[in-house]
Amino acid sequence: MPDHKPKTELLDELEKGPWPSFVKEIKSAGQTSASAQDLLRQLELSYQEKKGHWKHGGLVGVLGYGGGVIGRYSDVGEQFPNVAHFHTIRVNQPAGWFYTSDAIRTLCDIWERHGSGLTNMHGSTGDIILLGTRTPELEPTFQELAQAGFDLGGSGSSFRTPSCCVGMARCEWACYDAMRLCYDLTMAYQDEMHRPPFPYKFKLKCAACPNDCVAAIARSDLSIIGTWKDEIQVDESAVTEYASAGLNIQKDVCDLCPTKCMAWDGHKLGIENHECVRCMHCINVMPKALRPGKGRGAVLMIGGKAPIMQGALLSSVLVPFVAADELLDTVKELLRRIWDFWDEYGNNRERVGELIQRVGLPAFLDGIGLDPIPEMVSAPRDNPYIFYQAAKDGAK
Amino acid sequence: MSATTEPRITDIGPPHYEKYLHPLIKKNYGQWKYHENLAPGVYCHVAESGDRIYTVRAGTPRLLSVQTLRIFADLADKYSGGYLRFTSRNNLEFLLDDPVRIEPLKQELIALGYPVGGTNNAISNIVHTQGWIHCHSSATDASGLVKCTMDALYERFTHEDLPAKLRIAVACCLNMCGAVHCSDIAILGVHRLPPKIQPTLPRVCEVPTLIAACPTGAIRPAVVDGKHSVTVVEQQCMYCGNCYTVCSAMPMNDADNDGLSIWVGGKVSNARSAPTFSKLAIPFLPNNPPRWPEVVEAIVKIVDVYAKHARKYERVGEWIERIGWPRFFQLTGFEFTRYHIDDFKHAALTYARSAHVRY
Repeated sequence: MPDHKPKTELLDELEKGPWPSFVKEIKSAGQTSASAQDLLRQLELSYQEKKGHWKHGGLVGVLGYGGGVIGRYSDVGEQFPNVAHFHTIRVNQPAGWFYTSDAIRTLCDIWERHGSGLTNMHGSTGDIILLGTRTPELEPTFQELAQAGFDLGGSGSSFRTPSCCVGMARCEWACYDAMRLCYDLTMAYQDEMHRPPFPYKFKLKCAACPNDCVAAIARSDLSIIGTWKDEIQVDESAVTEYASAGLNIQKDVCDLCPTKCMAWDGHKLGIENHECVRCMHCINVMPKALRPGKGRGAVLMIGGKAPIMQGALLSSVLVPFVAADELLDTVKELLRRIWDFWDEYGNNRERVGELIQRVGLPAFLDGIGLDPIPEMVSAPRDNPYIFYQAAKDGAK
Repeated sequence: MSATTEPRITDIGPPHYEKYLHPLIKKNYGQWKYHENLAPGVYCHVAESGDRIYTVRAGTPRLLSVQTLRIFADLADKYSGGYLRFTSRNNLEFLLDDPVRIEPLKQELIALGYPVGGTNNAISNIVHTQGWIHCHSSATDASGLVKCTMDALYERFTHEDLPAKLRIAVACCLNMCGAVHCSDIAILGVHRLPPKIQPTLPRVCEVPTLIAACPTGAIRPAVVDGKHSVTVVEQQCMYCGNCYTVCSAMPMNDADNDGLSIWVGGKVSNARSAPTFSKLAIPFLPNNPPRWPEVVEAIVKIVDVYAKHARKYERVGEWIERIGWPRFFQLTGFEFTRYHIDDFKHAALTYARSAHVRY
């Protein structure tokens, strides 16, 4: 252990101010970890020079897995030898990010023995991130984690660690059991997660209602977003209570409904449910009075991703409704067909959403055996360049 | 590899979540009826059975040492039967069955430096990426930007006084490991120069993979000193850094030219309006660590103008949609430039295609 503390004038600035400081965290880990100290030194250099000092890649990992570890090397390793190799381990989080204090301590003890003592709770995809260790520590860390009941998450061109919202554990709006579906799908695709088989990454997120607290629509290739098919449940006396407590139901609820399917006459709230798009606004405003219907399930959406490579995409509708108890089987069957098609036609580093952009949604639907339906588009095409399929349509 | 006698354990997946659920949650799983907001950062969820579970939410820096995690574990033992969770925005939550413990827990969290809040119409924690802490392609540091931005917006975390919820994200490059592209306000690290080809390239990189990695076809094969390498058509480069991810001999980092762009008006929730991407507000601000004053000033400006002008329940994007983009630029004082007009794929979809003009 070096006995001198790193000199970090710029970073010390970020120990000031009311928001909790990541610099304090690195210094705290540095009490027992030489790599955390060198991380701080290298970061100070980055702050001085205004540039990063990490190199990507290298084939590092644990025996038999092709993912779960991100190889990371310093480009100033001679200056900071304790972070010359500083690999990240992704550990699959428990669904909904629930823990007991004992589970947290177990993770801490393992990581203190084998790595920098620094974590992210959590990474962007949802994993527990163990930040920084050397190659020889990877396998022992992995096996100690496994003994404690934890496994690695996905990386590279794999089925990435699925994540989900808090769902039925603590939310009255959950339209399906997101934590269970997330867990079941994670268990079903351990091979696809640990041994990257795809053209590129594939992400899946389970949001139990259209509020989408896990950003499924923006951040997952397959977005499973809870919704309901029947009528919003209304507790009329609770509506009256909101009104007498001062809520302006006309202005704050009816006027903000995107389809104007609600009417308030001062006593009774009327809802044209067949015009409702299940946006959640009214339910969000009056959680005691309104609830999603009883015919619950999810809409399945495809193709969401961040910009790299061809530009960002939001997921779009693939199946407008699947009943909650049919979700697991339906999603597994769909994934089989989607992955088959993507395997066959996807280019290297082409996300499934970009493949759909390239070949067109109609060809993708043909490929996975789904019929086109109007729910899939915001409007039918407005250009007349139609690729008629002469043979199929009987044109001569 | 040395031979081991113990059989290796693989493919066991994550621990089953049930073993980490508070008994009250297990009992009322799927049977929650409604919730009440007791105070910023404090929820009460009421089950059909009449049971109540109380949630206390606190902000964290996401980057956490084992020492701090153990403090959280001790707090959970002291106040919430040992049960805790994290949210999708890196907040920490304690689950309590006894409301008497809420206030002492809040006080202890605040005393330890972890603010309680981040619920409803507060600004929640900033989703962010690794930055200079651990990323190879970062144009800036994410943790530092979050720290100085949240220092300035601290009161917006501990109070729920905005017109609607407001979600901020930071991504340190165009990879956007975080829902930056669908946030009310997004801070995005950008490079502005093409990659610098290193002489080591033929030795360390697979040339065909590298060429295929470029979204605009700007990387072309070339023979340099008798070895297979590449050239970059510089006008075609939009500085995404994809090439550097597949080839370490194409570094993008440039201290003088890397910096930040600011984006506004995105959302992922379906409430009222459809989910939408964030749009460009400021194309470039300098990388100015450790406190990035230009960035913080711009973010605070957007939040203040939004707080003053938006109607109740209007997210940033919904507010701008109503008042129009010209008015947004007028109110914020941000300059509208050629960079604000899209010239990549499907650009024409963003051109004003009606005579609906506000005067």
